[in-house]
Amino acid sequence: MTTVAAPPATRPAGKGSPAAGGPTISVRGLWKVFGPAEQRLTRRAGSAAPSADQIEAAVRDHGGTVAVGDVSFDVRPGEVFVVMGLSGSGKSTLVRCLTRLIEPTFGEIDLDGENIRKASQERLRELRRRRFSMVFQNFGLLPHRRVLENIAFGLELRGESKATRLTRADEMLGLVGLDGMAERYPDELSGGQQQRVGLARALAGDPEVMLLDEPFSALDPLIRRDMQNEVIRLHHDLRKTMVFITHDLAEALKLGDHVMIMRAGKIVQIGRPEELVARPADEYVEDFVRDIPKSHVLTLRWVMRPANANDPVDGPVFPVDTIIRMVIHAAAATDKPIRVIEDGQLVGVVDRAHILETVAGQGNDAEVGPPT
Amino acid sequence: MTDIAATVQPRFALSLGRVGQLLALGVLFLIAFVVLQGNGTLPHKDDSQVFLTLNGVRDWVDANRSTNPVFVYVLGPIRAAIDGLDGIVTSLLSQASWIGLLAVAGALALAFVSWRTALLVIGSLLAIGLLGLWTETLQTLVLIANSVALSLLIGIPLGILAGRNDRFLAFITPILDFMQIMPTFAYLAPLTLIFLIGPASAVIATLIYAMPPAIRITSLGIRGVPVQTVEAAESLGATDGQVLRKVQLPIARRTIGLAVNQTIMMALSIIVIAALINAPGLGESIIVAIEKLKFGAAVTAGIAIVLLAMVLDRITASASGAGLPAVIAIGPLRVPRRTLRIIALAIAVVGLLGGALASAGSSFPAAWHVSIAKPLDDAVRWVELTFAGLTDALKNGVSAGLLDPIQTVLTTSPWWLVIAAAAGIAAIVNSTRAAVVVAVALVLIVLLQVWEHAMQTLTMVIVSVVLTMAIGIVLGVWAARNRVVSAVLRPINDAAQTLPSFVYLLPALALFGPTRFTAILAAVIYSVPAVVRLVEDGVRGVSPTVIEAATAAGASRLQMIRKVQLPMARRSLLVATNQGVVLVLAMVVLGGLVGAQALGFDVVSGFSQRNFFGRGVAAAIGIVLLGVMLDRITQGTGQRRSVRGVVGRLGVGLNSNRASREA
Ligand SMILES: Nc1ncnc2c1ncn2[C@@H]1O[C@H](COP(=O)(O)OP(=O)(O)OP(=O)(O)O)[C@@H](O)[C@H]1O
Ligand SMILES: [Mg+2]
Repeated sequence: MTTVAAPPATRPAGKGSPAAGGPTISVRGLWKVFGPAEQRLTRRAGSAAPSADQIEAAVRDHGGTVAVGDVSFDVRPGEVFVVMGLSGSGKSTLVRCLTRLIEPTFGEIDLDGENIRKASQERLRELRRRRFSMVFQNFGLLPHRRVLENIAFGLELRGESKATRLTRADEMLGLVGLDGMAERYPDELSGGQQQRVGLARALAGDPEVMLLDEPFSALDPLIRRDMQNEVIRLHHDLRKTMVFITHDLAEALKLGDHVMIMRAGKIVQIGRPEELVARPADEYVEDFVRDIPKSHVLTLRWVMRPANANDPVDGPVFPVDTIIRMVIHAAAATDKPIRVIEDGQLVGVVDRAHILETVAGQGNDAEVGPPT
Repeated sequence: MTDIAATVQPRFALSLGRVGQLLALGVLFLIAFVVLQGNGTLPHKDDSQVFLTLNGVRDWVDANRSTNPVFVYVLGPIRAAIDGLDGIVTSLLSQASWIGLLAVAGALALAFVSWRTALLVIGSLLAIGLLGLWTETLQTLVLIANSVALSLLIGIPLGILAGRNDRFLAFITPILDFMQIMPTFAYLAPLTLIFLIGPASAVIATLIYAMPPAIRITSLGIRGVPVQTVEAAESLGATDGQVLRKVQLPIARRTIGLAVNQTIMMALSIIVIAALINAPGLGESIIVAIEKLKFGAAVTAGIAIVLLAMVLDRITASASGAGLPAVIAIGPLRVPRRTLRIIALAIAVVGLLGGALASAGSSFPAAWHVSIAKPLDDAVRWVELTFAGLTDALKNGVSAGLLDPIQTVLTTSPWWLVIAAAAGIAAIVNSTRAAVVVAVALVLIVLLQVWEHAMQTLTMVIVSVVLTMAIGIVLGVWAARNRVVSAVLRPINDAAQTLPSFVYLLPALALFGPTRFTAILAAVIYSVPAVVRLVEDGVRGVSPTVIEAATAAGASRLQMIRKVQLPMARRSLLVATNQGVVLVLAMVVLGGLVGAQALGFDVVSGFSQRNFFGRGVAAAIGIVLLGVMLDRITQGTGQRRSVRGVVGRLGVGLNSNRASREA
């Protein structure tokens, strides 16, 4: 696996099989205003959110920034939910609001159906200790502790015995591939190794949800790829729900079950990776996805046409979620259209010429149709 | 680069406008002086109403000390507690014989620093013993131990609070500023009135002086912990207490170690002043020697203090213990630190036991004493005789050429004219608000009836500041432009700033005898290092691209200094002037001990003679008011920049570390 995401068959949960019992994270109408305007707004409005216009007006009059503006989305159990956007678009603020590391200004946040805005400090700490953990872009390791003690830190905070937490930390060390580094101090590690410590620390508490804020942006491309694969593997093995922030579209498409694109605090588009590529909501998103080769992202679903009675029935057969790139070989070896199946049923066919067009067009003009 | 140049230009133009205004003010003042000289003067009277009233306050306090509930239930117990602590520590130290103490000090240095330092520490303490000052050194050590312990006990928690809470920091910063610009002299008299003469007053006086840096540096340390690290801990569900104990304190440990070290050095630097209120020890030895003009004895005690300072500095400089190598090489031997610690512990225990058995409670053997006082006295006499012509010429030149004219102008002008001029200067260089503060401070001095002495002190301050700034700017600019000069000056400056302030009185006293010129010379020597350091840093801070641009435009060396480097370093120059003024004032006042008359002497005599209590207190308040006035005038426009070097070596022994103005 080098440049392309896991093949569809290995994609867990999020795709098509939402677990029963509602979303893990549900955000409704979330606002975060920084600066003098915030106090004005909350004092005037109490807890009920004023209208978007009122908020914008307050920011204009009293000064401040709308870091997150009226954001709503759901993260389903077991999926990787990617948040993207340019610098300053409010990604970090948003993800910190989820466990109230930053206090939201307005809006509702439910974690597993529990209203977080109303939770006591104690309850919040409990959630942070056991169910949600964060990985930071700048690692946030404790410089005065060794690697093993850093990994065990979360367990120490929640009062596990020394033996338990060190055993557990040692396991995590192996999981992220840092065997033999337990006794080092953070400043004796490379950036990639430090981030593995950050990851291990977040994993040690066995949280249900991991929030990752640009965890790999400080790393060089090779280590970055390793770490991405690491996350895919962890996600696959451990089935964590993840909210993953990145600047990098390739990363987003590679990791995400759903991708949310933000601009200036607002949501521009939420969708599956291939939806963004196939149908950007506006020019902003289009700019993002311009350089992405469509054949690497789109599945057969996006390029197939309904089957005709006179189509040959002996062409190669592929599931509907197969990425186009994967069928190039098969398409080149035959001149018959590819038969696309879903749940054992024929749902359409793709002409060989169409596939080659999509590959050659590299996503500029190749026509793509709507999914069924 | 272009926008830097753009911002410099108008500012420089503005300051030229100010120079013009100041000149005009000067001319007006001189004309008024010539016309009005001799009118509205306020000659000093030793029996003025204010002094008598203050004596009355003292009498009232004395009479009610044993009955007034504030004294009986609050101040009395505080005093008793500190006196008790003093007794306990004294008896502990005297239980351990001198051998035991040597062993403990050496063991500490061995365990926490290095074997070389251990040798240095033992050598220094032995030298103190040989100089015959062991007992006095122990007494000083008791005072320092107590006041430092209390300073840290109060200061570190306050520092932690200030580090974690912006509002508390904003609240406490002006108080710390005030504690640090207030000359120690000023609060001795009220302290003795409340806590009587004795250990309690000495400890509290030292504490007022030594605690602010402990608070500031601790707060800086806590604030220096990266927010990301704190946030990461919070994201893992850390409570406030856990963030403090497991993240902030461990990461700030080194800085807090520095706070301990600085507090000790600050405490050491005022033991002579504490001696004025009868704190026994090395400080007292110096005071007595100075009073009797026994130069050799004073220098001997001074050497002991410097040695003690070095010992304490070396042991505590790395007291935080962080970053020590785990294995230590002693010559060809490689010893794990843990082994070394066990050895150190053994040395300490054996030393204590052996010392107790061999010579329980005894002091350093008198038979070993070596006196260096006699040869020193002889040497000084020789210098005095040989250079009398030169020193007299210098002394008389400065007196006749600078001191006398300025003093005449200040003391024979109408008082309101002086106030108007001072307020005018403050208005021009600073703001109307500063002018109001300056005027109020001076009016209060008038009301305290210490005007004439205040003007005499002010004369000495003005002359010292002018000399200090002249020398400081020349050396600072030179050091900034020349690597070699900088390399030579830095260590000298660093060393100079670790020495307790009164040490500077001694050479000045030797050369010039007890006169006001001695105080001025000491003040200049005392303040120049800080000014040099600030000026050098400021000039160095000028962006190289600007220098390059000016060179490209064909600036000569002098043009570069005058038109580019000095104007752009203006901020640092203002800070340097401000620091210089505060340091000079502290030293000029201390000059009261060595024959400089005026307010400093009034304060000193206030302790020794009952009748002069009132005058002493009034003079002390007058000093504070002078300090406020000078500080306001020299604060300059704009925000005061924090002197970052404080956390490094700069702050040691300074009377005014204005650290952490940032927030
Ligand atoms: N503590 C704060 N006070 C004031 N404004 C803030 C604060 N934190 C963030 N902002 C502002 O909120 C906006 C969103 O910031 P945020 O850090 O969430 O962006 P981001 O999308 O994470 O950017 P990046 O990709 O650079 O990390 C920015 O305009 C930022 O300046
Ligand atoms: Mg961010």
